[in-house]
Amino acid sequence: MLTERPVTPATLGVKDLPWQIKWDIATCTNCGRCTAVCPVSAIEFGVFRKREIIAPMGLQARPSNTFSVYHGIRQRTDPAYACIGCAMCNMVCPNNAIEPVRQYDSTTLEFHNNRGGQPRTRGGRRNSGESLLDQIKFIRISMLTDPALDAGRHEFDMRTLLGRVLSPEDELRCQRENGWKPPVREIYPLVIGGMSFGALSPNMWEGLQMGVAYLNEELGMPVRMCTGEGGCPPRLLRSRFLKYVILQIASGYFGWDEIIHAIPEMKEDPCAIEIKYGQGAKPGDGGLLMWYKVNKLIAAIRGVPVGVSLPSPPTHQTQYSIEESVAKMIQSMSMAWGFRVPVYPKISASSTSLAVLNNLVRNPYAAGLAIDGEDGGTGAAYNVSMNHMGHPIASNLRDCYKALCVAGAQNEIPLIAGGGIGKHGNLAANAAALIMLGASMVQIGKYVMQAGAGCVGSEKDRCNVCNIGVCPKGITSQDPRIYRRLDPEQVAERVVDFYLAFDTELRKVFAPLGRSTSLPIGMSDGLGIGDRDVAERLDIKYVI
Amino acid sequence: MCRLFALTSRDPVSPMRAIDALNVMKEGHDGSGVGLYLGGLGGPFEDLKDHPILSGIFTEAGLRRLDEYMAGQGFEIRHAVRFAPRSDPPAGTPRRGTYAAIAYECPAAWDELADDERGRRLVRTRLALRAEGEQTGDMMVFSFWPDTIMIKEVGDPLEMGAYLELGREELHARRILAQGRQNTNYAINLYACHPFFIEGVATMTNGENTAFVPIREYLMSRGVEGYSGYQSDSEVFTHIAHFSTRRLGLDIRAYKHVITPLSDDEMRQHPDREFLQSLKRSCRKLIIDGPNCVIGCLPDGTMFMVQDRKKLRPGVVGGDPASGVFAFSSEICGLNAAIPDRDKSKDFQPMHLDTAIVGPDCREVVQCSQNDPLPLQR
Ligand code: SF4
Ligand code: SF4
Repeated sequence: MLTERPVTPATLGVKDLPWQIKWDIATCTNCGRCTAVCPVSAIEFGVFRKREIIAPMGLQARPSNTFSVYHGIRQRTDPAYACIGCAMCNMVCPNNAIEPVRQYDSTTLEFHNNRGGQPRTRGGRRNSGESLLDQIKFIRISMLTDPALDAGRHEFDMRTLLGRVLSPEDELRCQRENGWKPPVREIYPLVIGGMSFGALSPNMWEGLQMGVAYLNEELGMPVRMCTGEGGCPPRLLRSRFLKYVILQIASGYFGWDEIIHAIPEMKEDPCAIEIKYGQGAKPGDGGLLMWYKVNKLIAAIRGVPVGVSLPSPPTHQTQYSIEESVAKMIQSMSMAWGFRVPVYPKISASSTSLAVLNNLVRNPYAAGLAIDGEDGGTGAAYNVSMNHMGHPIASNLRDCYKALCVAGAQNEIPLIAGGGIGKHGNLAANAAALIMLGASMVQIGKYVMQAGAGCVGSEKDRCNVCNIGVCPKGITSQDPRIYRRLDPEQVAERVVDFYLAFDTELRKVFAPLGRSTSLPIGMSDGLGIGDRDVAERLDIKYVI
Repeated sequence: MCRLFALTSRDPVSPMRAIDALNVMKEGHDGSGVGLYLGGLGGPFEDLKDHPILSGIFTEAGLRRLDEYMAGQGFEIRHAVRFAPRSDPPAGTPRRGTYAAIAYECPAAWDELADDERGRRLVRTRLALRAEGEQTGDMMVFSFWPDTIMIKEVGDPLEMGAYLELGREELHARRILAQGRQNTNYAINLYACHPFFIEGVATMTNGENTAFVPIREYLMSRGVEGYSGYQSDSEVFTHIAHFSTRRLGLDIRAYKHVITPLSDDEMRQHPDREFLQSLKRSCRKLIIDGPNCVIGCLPDGTMFMVQDRKKLRPGVVGGDPASGVFAFSSEICGLNAAIPDRDKSKDFQPMHLDTAIVGPDCREVVQCSQNDPLPLQR
């Protein structure tokens, strides 16, 4: 840059960017793969001029200059093209000549990512490394007073119930009188949470569905996957695999025209219907599919025009009061499938969760409550919503479970916890902790993308461009040139891998607790934490 | 681990027979306490079958306040056994005062009440006395129910038998549950000592209940008076038995299906699978994970023993139909001590699917497996 070049407020240098490209001239062969693969065009082929001063010894000879030119990689500093640290350049480089390096003291970009008055939007996660769930320890170990169980050899019943379970008195009365019983599904307690067809690429979706089908049909694990708000491919709606699917309806009602019309042709009932009122990543905001990703296929499934952004309203249009919104919708959805399918709402964890729950306790059709904590992920949201809005899952879930215990409904309304489970890879430990705090099952999303498809996103603001359709791994892109990178079969394989590993790890947690015949839901006496305030808040043991 | 011994007999027998059996099994418990449930009473209480008997331990002041309280409520004493030990207590046992079992005439206003309501009021009275005693420290109340006496004390069972003169004629009973305690889990508190009792249902348990906390929370949220206390993780077994038989009206053979339901594979073969699946789901919070052996007695005098599903605690049932005496014991040596002349080949050790039942007529041990069809549920 020339010194006289105008320096504007938003003129940044490489040092101002969080991710800086380290490029090695000695090993680079100028093959151009990195610049071709970069999802945000953060690097370009550069021509660099170089001056060398030759100053010979002695007094006679005058110094001289030589000028030369070399080629290499230049990092762009325009905030619109800032490197996102995905490291795809490094992955494709045959010589390992290039890599992004995170500079934590380079924060200037954060003040300039709102050009044109547009606040930053992105996909991904909260970008905070803290995890309360990781700090929870399992402290009740069977040893001498109670023989330990063998995680590898004992029979374990790892299933949970999704649906409104009647109280023992009502259940027996129904049995006697042949009355209507709310539908209840026995499923695996780790559910793939709502990630829509549209947010995810077709290959990713197909891979997940195949993985889920394999887990069910070959391995006997009743794993379920939620569609998210984006409809469901017509063939799946009419296939027997629909029983492994939880259909989500949200405030944009995308895809529901297709779904409702397919009901007469459905061979199987879906596992359940999830009515989304909120999600942990962006409480108070509806779903958002940005125009980049609305191609012909997505538009057809969702019943919308091509190439327009699809923001769902923050609330359902039918909403007038909580009774209206929750009770009527639950009833309508139940009616659509002849009261054979459990219907439950999903909300973002918030200080109002208890009010929703109390309402559900009184509603005999409510099949559960899904609560999504602040650490939930998303395909697209405002940065501010993602980073600062929402309630942590642990205390919210705990409050809800305790409220159910007071109402005597802790076995009747399953709580489904989500948001930040497996954030640092500790999937089984986090899930077990939530179950013992009172969750009947947990939902995961980011973990599925990371473990199932190699998403490179992290809590350190790495990548997180899921919203604009350029996902370097082809997970959240709708561009066939990109998503063909992702082989659905391999995704399916990875899904099966991580489920099996999770299952073993969960047994490794529950066996020493002495529990195997039913999930230790609410067994809070087995939990401890080294923080007195947290222990008191969650009503678990304080251990140091 | 505790050692358990239960006797059921056609004719009243001395509780010392059970205490002696506990003593034989002494290697298995540290003698830190003893608990007794006596039902089907002989002696003076034989003719007072309908009168609730209050059992507990009282200081002088406690006795006075008890009398005041009960009179205030309209109860009249019909017969009282008040026993204040003359000798010094053995080392480790505190001198507490009077061990009492007092049969009352209920207030006249109760005459019109339905049985359920009477039962609730008896429980309420017991809880009120217990709460008062916990504040003042001058009384402990273990039961208040017709034809029922409960005695609990810390100390070696045999020494306690001598100290409290448990062989007295007035304590002879047809149903006896006796427990010799090993105090490992919680601080010594007589309320934490088995057997536990509620509205005619008494049980005692061996082992540790790993699912204690969720079960306790669930029971406490049932809105049943008397589902409280829980100084011991074994008290929930009594309340689950009460909940299943009294509240849900199930046969005792369904108790095991509540606490240790069949796996789905096993259930598929079962003629009552639909019922069992409903029960499993709706009573999911009452599922135990062992290791436990539960021995209990129902209001009609039926005695039973069940095991958890996989860890199992020692337990054996045997007896002599001719003399009409059967016993449930943690160990065979206890059984041998109490009923030496029985047909040992008929001894039965219940396994993970079994419930062993001896009816009030004391004629045989009925063995039932969870795989058997269930009797029609009321
Ligand atoms: S790390 Fe990713 S965004 Fe940055 S230069 Fe490399 S490929 Fe481009
Ligand atoms: S790899 Fe794809 S899914 Fe993962 S953070 Fe990047 S853009 Fe999003």
